[in-house]
Formats: sequence, C-alpha cells, structure tokens
Amino acid sequence: MIQALALQGIQGLLVIALAPLVTGVVRKTKARLLLRRGASIFQPYRDLLRLFRKESVLAHNASWLFQAAPYLVLAFTWVAAALIPVLAFNLPLGPGADFIAIVGLLGSARFVLALAGLDVGTSFGGIGSSREVMIASVGEPAMLMLIFSLALVAGSTQLSVIAAFTQSPAVGLRISLGLALLGFIMVAIAENGRIPIDNPATHLELTMVHEAMVLEYSGRHLALIELSTFLKLLAYLSLIASVFLPWGIPPTWAGGMQLASALGLFLAKVLGGAVLLAFFEVSIAKMRVFRVPQFIGAALMLALLAGLLRLVSQSF
Amino acid sequence: MSALVFDVSHLLAGSLVLMSFVLLYQDRLPSLINTFALQSLLLSLAIGWQAQAQGAPHLLVTAALAIVLKAILIPMVLRRLVRSLGIHRTIETVVGIGPAMLAGMALVALAMALMLRVTAAANIFAREDLAFALSVVLLGLLVMVTRRNAVSQVIGFMSLENGLVLAATGAKGMPMVVETSVAFSILIALIVIGIFLFRIRERFDTVDVAALDEFRGDRQ
Repeated sequence: MIQALALQGIQGLLVIALAPLVTGVVRKTKARLLLRRGASIFQPYRDLLRLFRKESVLAHNASWLFQAAPYLVLAFTWVAAALIPVLAFNLPLGPGADFIAIVGLLGSARFVLALAGLDVGTSFGGIGSSREVMIASVGEPAMLMLIFSLALVAGSTQLSVIAAFTQSPAVGLRISLGLALLGFIMVAIAENGRIPIDNPATHLELTMVHEAMVLEYSGRHLALIELSTFLKLLAYLSLIASVFLPWGIPPTWAGGMQLASALGLFLAKVLGGAVLLAFFEVSIAKMRVFRVPQFIGAALMLALLAGLLRLVSQSF
Repeated sequence: MSALVFDVSHLLAGSLVLMSFVLLYQDRLPSLINTFALQSLLLSLAIGWQAQAQGAPHLLVTAALAIVLKAILIPMVLRRLVRSLGIHRTIETVVGIGPAMLAGMALVALAMALMLRVTAAANIFAREDLAFALSVVLLGLLVMVTRRNAVSQVIGFMSLENGLVLAATGAKGMPMVVETSVAFSILIALIVIGIFLFRIRERFDTVDVAALDEFRGDRQ
C-alpha cells in the first residue's frame, strides 16, 4: 500500500520534471530538421527558472481572476497528467483516472485560461480566447466521441481497464483501435495548438491562438502557464502511450527492476512521440483558422467510424 | 489463427471504407486521384487476402487486374487528363465537406444496419465484406453527388466500382468471367468518359457539370 502511494507520488513528480524536457526535445528536433543548431534540449528548464526569478507585471485593471488563473491552470493540468498511469495501473488514484475525468480537468484548465485572456480587456487576449474556445467547441465533442468508441471496444472509460485490454492478447488487429488512434492524434494536435492548427513558436498576430491569450502574462505567472503547456503536451503523449501502446507497464508495484523497465519504456515512448511530432510539424503548413473545424471534424468522423466498425466486427 | 485471418480482412475492408471518406474530404483533383489509387491498391490487397483465406487462387488474377488497371493505369490516365484539361488546381463542391462527411456517416450506418440484418445466415467473411462493400458503393455515389466537376464524378464512379469488386470477391464462387468483364467494362467506361470530357469542354469551355443545366429545356 505504502509502495503504491509512493509510486503515485513518484509518477506525479516524474511528469512535471519531464514535461519541459519533452518540449525541449520537440524544439531541438525541429531545429535540426530545419538545418539550424537549435537551443539545448534543457533550454525550457532555463527559461522557466529565468521567468520565476523575474518580476510579474500586472495591468491596472486586472482582477483577482487574472492572478489566480495561472495557479488554477497548472493545478488542473498537473492533476490530469499525474492521473494517467505510466508506471503501474492499479495505483491508489487509479479509479479516478477516468478518460472523461481527464478531459474534464483539461477542459476546466482551458476555461480558466480563456477567461483570464478576456480579463484585462486587450484585443489580443480577446481574439486568442475566442479562437481557443472555437477550437475547443469542436475538439471536445470529437474527444468524447473517441472515448465512447474506445469504451465500446474495451468496455470501460477507466484508463487502467482500457490499457489492460490493449495489453491482453484478446485485442488482435482491430481497425477500430487504429481509427481511434488516428483521430486521437488529430485531436491531440489541435488541443495542444501544434502546427496545422496553431504555431507555438510565433507571435504573429493574425494566426496565434494560445500565445495571444497569454500575451499579458509575465514573470512567474507566465512561467506557470508555460509549465502547464509543457505538461499538457506530455499528458497527451502519455495518454497515447498508456492507452494505445501500454506494453511494459506492470499492473501494480512489482519490484525495482519492473519499475526501472517501465520508466525506461515510458521515456522511450514519450521521447519517440516528441520526435515524431517534430517531423510532422516541419512537414506540414499551418492551415487557416476557418479550416480548423474541418480538420477536427475529420477526427470526429474517424471516431464515429471506429464505433460503427466495432459494431460490425462484434455482431457475428 | 482464424481470428487473425478474420482480423486482417476486417482491417483491409475497413480501410477501403476509410479511403472512401478520404475521397470525400479531399478537395483537390491530384490528391483525389492519388487517394483513389491508394484505395485500389488496398482493394487488391483485400482481394489477395481473400484468395488466401478462401483458398481460391483465381482471385489472385482479380487482384492483379485491380493493381494494374485501377491502381496504376486509370490514375495515370486521369492525371494526364487533368493536366491536359488544365484543371489540376480547382475543384467545386456542391455541399461543404462537413455536411458531406455527416451524410457519409449516415450512409455507412445505413449500409451496416441493412447488411447485417439481411445476411444473418451467411458466413462471416461474406457478411462483413458485403456490409463494407455496400458502404463503399454508397460513399462513391455520394462523391458523385457532392461534386460538380466531371473528373471528380468519374473518380466517384470508379471508387463505387471498387465497392462492387469487394462485394464480388467476398461472395464465394463468383465466376471469374463476371469479374474480368466488369474490370474491362470499367476500362471502356474510362475511355468513353475521357472522350466525353473533352467534348464537354470543347462545347462549354468548362468541365463543371452545372454548365450543362442551362441547356436543359425543362428548367425555368
């Protein structure tokens, strides 16, 4: 029991310690692919330290919400990321690690951030919030539809049950799971504001979404928001790793060797995902904001199709 | 072992349906043609797998025909056609991609609901192949309905025929003659349509079929 609790704690600390590194790897890989040298993969840690040391400047008309939002966003995102089973399935908080709960947590984080973007009343904050909410209003139904399709296949929305199902030999070669994975990747790209949807590396006013929303933040507040952005990316990567590729995750505490191998595999999967993301991002152009609903609509369609095909393969 | 055989054929037939959706989503002619070529390639893989699963070597001939004619020859001809008509940049859709996708989902649901009920007694390969094949056929019709460009309507027609071939190979004991004659009649259709397209363009300076409506007598 104590070991399980400790494992849960380690998992929570691991994700927050690892999150900046993952973003660092994505940035470095992108830079190398564009034939630039790029900053070190540890640069995000240095950025965060620098921001934490700096003074935070507030607008005169900022309300309490503006100051509270970074802490709330980080708290929601961290809980969501820490719930996802990466080291073992049956942890004390395991029953809470439900797919819908995680989507709810990430959705609440987005809600708070969108409100904070509107709070000061600058036009950039407003446009960022409105675009973010537009993307969310199509992205979240797609995400929920995907979860329902997965739940149809695996019989539960609880992450540990789904992962146990994908780990078992009963899973076979299922097109429903493949379609769900594809749709999930599309939604994850949209939710994290990666390249075809939003470019996290620019401050070009016509196109930015997330950066516009947090434009008024500085100092430690900005550091908290950046950290939650890193955590969100890691959360989606580890969701994919633990739902679709759950190999090597032991069901419960099973000794140091098991733990080390689970940790190593988790690192490999997440960093591999980061490198693939970088490849995808350099090979595609950003799309117009008004095409985004089509992109996510395709993900929604994949989810529906996964559910329908599941019905065919089951009904004989 | 039989579970794996079934899973693979499910996977291949399912990806044919997926490719039909990609056809609906694409809005440029060159990528539409590429998607069609990919769908035909998947079709021939599906037929090849059926040949393996049913122990029917003559299906391999059908698979070879599908690769040579539909995955290589027809896309090549269409690409040349598009380039010589100078329309490789444009496409006009009648309804938006979103509603078309939703209509497609509804058609797939219809196909499954219908086929699974009608074919309750058939063996599982035939059953699910028929359900998928009907979806591909209906989606091909939908592509034809939602596009105004004659070339993309041709592609919708060809992908409809992919669905027919899938249905034919799923049903055990379909005579070889039928499949071959279908394959070649498609080829003839392509030639006829190709000539026809040039005639349409010569006459109306466009391959947008909406231009034909003006010449119909019964419209006010």
